[in-house]
Amino acid sequence: MWSASGRRLRASSANPRADQVKPPPFDYAKPASLSEALELLASDDDAKILAGGQSFVPVLNFRLASPSLLIDINGLAELGRISLVDGGLRLGAIVRYRDLEDSELVAAENPLLAHALHHIAHYQIRNRGTVGGSSSHADPSAEFPAVSALCGAEYVLQSIRGSRVLPADEFFLGALTTALEADEILTEIRFPPWPRDRRWAFEEIAPRLGDFAILGAAVLLDPGETRILVFGAGDRASRLPRAEAALRGRTLDKAAILEAAKLASEEIEPQGDIHATAEYRKAMAEVLVERCLERASGVKVVA
Amino acid sequence: MTPRTVKLRVNGEAREGQAEPRLLLADFLRHELHLTGTHVGCEHGVCGACTVIVDGRAMRSCLMFAVQAEGTEITTVEGLGTPENLSPLQDAFHRHHALQCGFCTAGILTTMTALLKEEPDPTPDRVREVLSGNLCRCTGYIPIVDAVLDAAEKIRAAKA
Repeated sequence: MWSASGRRLRASSANPRADQVKPPPFDYAKPASLSEALELLASDDDAKILAGGQSFVPVLNFRLASPSLLIDINGLAELGRISLVDGGLRLGAIVRYRDLEDSELVAAENPLLAHALHHIAHYQIRNRGTVGGSSSHADPSAEFPAVSALCGAEYVLQSIRGSRVLPADEFFLGALTTALEADEILTEIRFPPWPRDRRWAFEEIAPRLGDFAILGAAVLLDPGETRILVFGAGDRASRLPRAEAALRGRTLDKAAILEAAKLASEEIEPQGDIHATAEYRKAMAEVLVERCLERASGVKVVA
Repeated sequence: MTPRTVKLRVNGEAREGQAEPRLLLADFLRHELHLTGTHVGCEHGVCGACTVIVDGRAMRSCLMFAVQAEGTEITTVEGLGTPENLSPLQDAFHRHHALQCGFCTAGILTTMTALLKEEPDPTPDRVREVLSGNLCRCTGYIPIVDAVLDAAEKIRAAKA
């Protein structure tokens, strides 16, 4: 029998299942400063950074990784800030999705990101998952990396050797692969200023709201430039140069939208998997890009 | 790896236990603190059965290590009510038949308890959105949504 708080009411005995755990063994450190974390990371080739853990703990539970040491950066307040610098939104690496949802600054300075948050995992996952963690995990169908790539965000990487800043398309190298070296920590993500006259749209197909996207698309319409991005269709979220070029210098009317959507579908080379065939993803790319362009421009394509 | 002592507050009481770094919070609660109301389903963050409230926020206890819970305040399903004195949410689940086998229920109760504290008057759509983080394979979600909305109304009325 147990009391409501779990205190054992009868004599304690050794629990036979207590040693049956899923993750492989590792040591654990919780540094008090970024410099301490960087030193620890540099001193051990098999050490790994632990942020929110909403992508990485499943990896450990499946024993797909066996780090010698987990360096928990959840205590580093310096990486938890949301700020506006030179008109651009800056997100510390351990900013949680929940913090973004609660942030009036995010709603005002990047409405696309604020909208996409509702598609990022579930309530309980957003309460702990971080922007830096999911970016470092680099799932090709994740929403935050896709939004950051479309906006042209920059990723700040630090190590004891110094720091460097990479644009999103040089940070994300492929499925679950980033430019992070073994001794580097992703510390900040910097968005460029959001133009006041910008129009945008975001669409995604997923089995349930909050699941990883089977396919997603987003567009930005600025005076003189249209950006189109598809995610979940390849090894990383990518802008579509041919579809974008078809709209350059052109009035965004029904014919232009249909042509760009068709080019988007032709331009991607998706894989088939357990969730959807490659053909389905191509067909849906056309539909989602058309919907995004229609919504962002206000041009009626489907009666 | 050597076990460490983890000190935290669970359901309003100071507790401590031993955990090597790789021990998941869910397993720590169940096997070390013997709070078996927290259920372990998928163990990779998909099903929501292991959800507990950590410092006011609903989180997956299978995606946290016990050592990370040092110094936190945790509420598990055991802390919500007792069989003789159900919480308003538990009482609504009872009246609406919002559970069948009960395996997923602890995680849904903790999730919705946290939600109703943050948002006392959620829309049906908001309840459904939050509930998308919990899988139930037998009852169906309609009575669960009804129970949460009913409980929300009763909690608001009691405070008015």
